[in-house]
Amino acid sequence: MPMETPRPYSLLCELTYRCPLQCPYCSNPIDFARHTDELSTAEWERILTEAPALGIVQAHFSGGEPLLRADLPQIIRRARDLGLYTNLSTGGTLFNEKIGTQLRAAGLDSLQVSIQDADAENSDRLAGGAPSFAKKIRAAQIARELGFSLTVNVVLHRQNLDRIEAIISMAEELGAERLELANSQYNGWALKNRAAFLPTRVQVEHAAHVAGAARQRLMGRMEILYVLPDYFEPFPKACLYGWGRVFMTVAADGAVLPCQTAREIRGLKFDNTRRHSLSEIWFESEAFQKFRGTGWLPEPCQSCPRKEVDFGGCRCQAFLLTGDATATDPVCSLAPKHHLIDEALAEAGSDAGKKLVYRTAGESLRLGELQVCNATVKASQPPSKK
Amino acid sequence: MSHPPDTVKPRLPAKVRLKWDDVRQKPLLLFPEGVLVLNPTAHEVVALCDGRRTIAEIVKTLGEKFGSDLIDQDVKDLLARLMEKGLMTVAD
Repeated sequence: MPMETPRPYSLLCELTYRCPLQCPYCSNPIDFARHTDELSTAEWERILTEAPALGIVQAHFSGGEPLLRADLPQIIRRARDLGLYTNLSTGGTLFNEKIGTQLRAAGLDSLQVSIQDADAENSDRLAGGAPSFAKKIRAAQIARELGFSLTVNVVLHRQNLDRIEAIISMAEELGAERLELANSQYNGWALKNRAAFLPTRVQVEHAAHVAGAARQRLMGRMEILYVLPDYFEPFPKACLYGWGRVFMTVAADGAVLPCQTAREIRGLKFDNTRRHSLSEIWFESEAFQKFRGTGWLPEPCQSCPRKEVDFGGCRCQAFLLTGDATATDPVCSLAPKHHLIDEALAEAGSDAGKKLVYRTAGESLRLGELQVCNATVKASQPPSKK
Repeated sequence: MSHPPDTVKPRLPAKVRLKWDDVRQKPLLLFPEGVLVLNPTAHEVVALCDGRRTIAEIVKTLGEKFGSDLIDQDVKDLLARLMEKGLMTVAD
């Protein structure tokens, strides 16, 4: 590391992995159902208390569904008392006047409600479980009535991109200050459903055009953030703005992750806040040091002028697609394994009518079991003779 | 980039907070999903955006403090950029 280790600005607190929804592109790890030992209120308060001295200025609360925790107002109040900017991401189905008023009193700065589509039926289908669209719309309305700064978040993919205009109108009608249109990132659950969700280039370009025009039209009223899908870009995204550089995630069970998806990287060991302080983990843990900076980068990244721009891309994606977390992110057009992306794009849509793999505890345990089995088989194979 | 008129009174929107970061010894703008590290000049400007002063008054105050004729353009550029990002608004 040539320079002093940077300090994190932002702490993502995944208060629980429990959720009434089952979105098939959830960013929780595939094996979330194995991590059931949730941190207590006192443990979260201790974590938040440690955060400012480390440099953290923002606390994002998400899940699972964070509203499933009865202590949410207390935790947010604590974060606010510590001077942290607080943001809550909710699916909205459990939001009502009562909890909204409590959160407002606790000092919550910003509220984000996820909606799956502007079409009620499709939104319900995508979220899985009991019908949720009407409750989400109501949640957004209540949030505005209570005076919250509202962000609407819609994950985009093949099965809703064609309704981009309706999605923007929906957010506008709800009075959102901000609309986050993030194309699905194909790690974890979304990777299981990739062939059904990967859009066409025509869809992506149309949506970018519509979002761009809406951004101009709505400037000063509603901010629109459109995140391009990296599969269609020549270079990878600057994932996390660099590993162990800006972000830190504490998962429901206290595991501290450089990224909320990092649990997908098999073999990477994560320290737990129950045994170590945030500061120890940020500066000293194996997981945070592993891909920090640019010294570890392979070629062609190492000699690439973009290495300080994108840091070699997403580690989770590199691992999930190539089996090697130190590989160049395959979405990069210069990556040795870029053909994997071309192949995926060629297959896109082939599963469009197929049943989606929903994020349920049952699927989590089944898929988690398969992963463990594969790892065991690998470990039990004798080393190949040379 | 179009500049806002001199007569408007800029202020931070409710979702944006100006904070002095004790650890880094720098002024920050905090907003949903983002942080902007302000340079000393930007800090001076933003600190005056209280929804009561007009842009003309802000420019005058800073001009008296720093005595530069570049300030007018700098202040307006900065405010226009912040408004574009939704990090600054104007009082009614």
